Amino acid sequence: MRVELVKRPQHSKLFSALSPLIALALTLLCGAAIFAALGKNPAEGLYFYFIDPLREVWSLHELAVKAGPLILIAVGLSVCYLSNNWNIGAEGQFIIGAIAGASLPVLLPDFQSPVVLPLMLIFGMLGGAAYASIPAFLKTRFGTNEILTSLMLVYVAQLFLDWLVRGPWRDPAGNNFPLTRRFHPDAVLPEIMPTSGSAHWGIVFALVAAVVVWFLVSRTIKGFEVRVLGASPRAGRFAGFSGKRMVFFAFLLSGALAGLAGISEVSGAIGYLQPVISPGYGFTAIIVAFLGRLNPLGIVAAGFVLALTYLGGEAAQISLGMSDKVARVFQGMLLFFVLGCDTLIHYRVRFAGRGDSMAEAR
Amino acid sequence: MLFESVLITIATAATPLLLAAIGELVVERSGVLNLGVEGMMVMGAVCGFGAAALTGSPWLGVLAAVAAGSLFSLLFGFLTLSIATNQVATGLSLTLLGLGLSSMIGEAFVGSAGTKLPTLAAGLGAVPVVGPPLQNLLTNLAELPLIGRFLFGQDPIFYISILLVVGVAWFLFRTRAGLTLRSVGDNHASAHALGINVLGIRYLAVMFGGACAGLAGGHLSLVYTPQWVENMTAGRGWIALALVVFASWRPLRVLAGAYLFGAVTIGQLHAQAMGFGIPSQLLSAMPYLATILVLVLISRNRRLTLMNTPASLGQPFVPDR
Repeated sequence: MRVELVKRPQHSKLFSALSPLIALALTLLCGAAIFAALGKNPAEGLYFYFIDPLREVWSLHELAVKAGPLILIAVGLSVCYLSNNWNIGAEGQFIIGAIAGASLPVLLPDFQSPVVLPLMLIFGMLGGAAYASIPAFLKTRFGTNEILTSLMLVYVAQLFLDWLVRGPWRDPAGNNFPLTRRFHPDAVLPEIMPTSGSAHWGIVFALVAAVVVWFLVSRTIKGFEVRVLGASPRAGRFAGFSGKRMVFFAFLLSGALAGLAGISEVSGAIGYLQPVISPGYGFTAIIVAFLGRLNPLGIVAAGFVLALTYLGGEAAQISLGMSDKVARVFQGMLLFFVLGCDTLIHYRVRFAGRGDSMAEAR
Repeated sequence: MLFESVLITIATAATPLLLAAIGELVVERSGVLNLGVEGMMVMGAVCGFGAAALTGSPWLGVLAAVAAGSLFSLLFGFLTLSIATNQVATGLSLTLLGLGLSSMIGEAFVGSAGTKLPTLAAGLGAVPVVGPPLQNLLTNLAELPLIGRFLFGQDPIFYISILLVVGVAWFLFRTRAGLTLRSVGDNHASAHALGINVLGIRYLAVMFGGACAGLAGGHLSLVYTPQWVENMTAGRGWIALALVVFASWRPLRVLAGAYLFGAVTIGQLHAQAMGFGIPSQLLSAMPYLATILVLVLISRNRRLTLMNTPASLGQPFVPDR
């Protein structure tokens, strides 16, 4: 038996909508199998992973805290991937954005005023965009592969942050812990509903960004340009669109959003800089982007799903004594299934024995 | 003595890069871009370490690493070849899944003592009858000044890596099968029209790349630092991918590139040990910065890159029946 793909004359609307759901279902099935293999009750495992975190108000807030950066980053990445620019260094842009934004409260602790927070957010976006402009510049100027350069810059950013918090930016009054001073109250991103939980304004930024980018991509000429250049650079050139400018547009936009996510996380959820500020948001956001089918509104839903895997990992660790590493396995599997199911949109899949295809050939 | 030990540490740092890169080179020559090298490598590292810890035999560890790498690559193969998914995204997901899966599997082995793979000479010594004289010979040759230990006193994977480079160079450019593989990578439609089984060849290439990346991971966890640490590949899979571009898809240049990067890695480690007042983080960033620099230098020459890049690289192929 072998797999045969038959091209559909038109891409299937039905499977465009269904494929993420099929992928989720397959991931849950495989997840149950993993739980069983680890000697846990699969139903109980899935319950603690995917239902339990949704039952309390405070943990819904936690969900929003985790979904915010994922959605922000993934929305930017969707523009990159739609235009065929493979930015996989969002993790680095997230970190540099956080550093750029945090420079204000860390270096100028006496500068306390209501303008500090907006300035920090702007610095964050500028920092992320500036860092993303490096692979964009190298790609347009020298034709250097942006996948490898953007990824390498992630490691550089992580080491840079590590150096800052252990060296020049370390809190002198901090007992030698590798932490910067705690941000002053004017530099903290406020919580939306402080009485009920810890969700901060980051999730609002994410939702606004999703709607704006959705409008941009689906309703404006710029969005048309993004999609044309992504589908066929040649056709784009005939239409008078500049591929190089698109590289910069996509990288700067996604870098700015990743930087905004970085400073929101640091200012809203952590409150200071430390050697590690992201549990891999920049990479998980790649999965979010694809699960959302590169559509900003789909990405909002996908962001909450992936945020749930983070929370579920913690919940299952506490209630079942399971490794929180299972969460990363879930995330990896999910992307596999999403990509596999997307094939159904463009092809019909047939499982044919050797005999069948011979018969058809005659 | 110092020269000799530096040479050997460079070889130890270069071998995993070389193995992963030579495997990926064959994959890319067949027209497939597998960005999952990091994931296959880390799976090789954890499975190799685990098998060695459970059985007590580092040799079985090496076998397990190779098997893990090539089995894991089959996942990528099925998606990109059989159901024609986007190669870039699928490769990325292989890396993400590999990093997650390995840290889950490896949790049982964190902190457990590793078993180091013996040198080739010591390994041969265990073979009955013919073994001991060979061991004697190698041990004596290793006494040669300057390069004795580099040439004759290393672990078996080092020798495998060198043989693989020579073997791949010979296979790609001196055999009919190698020509077929390159033709598939340069124009899959024409190759298909000539009756060549494009997908079959690509499957084999992908599995070979997976086996090499797995062996590279096994080298990390059984020779380089015989222990399991989460994410212990630390971007080496990505550097290997860059090496293939740097080498413009030529096996012997991959060898040169890998040793250059081995030298950068060891150089920055020595500089860290000596201090110099340079922040250790800046030195640790050297291999990554060097990768970017090298990629820029090589891509500046666009004609050279275009001439050598397999023309079908990264494009999915769906045979029309």
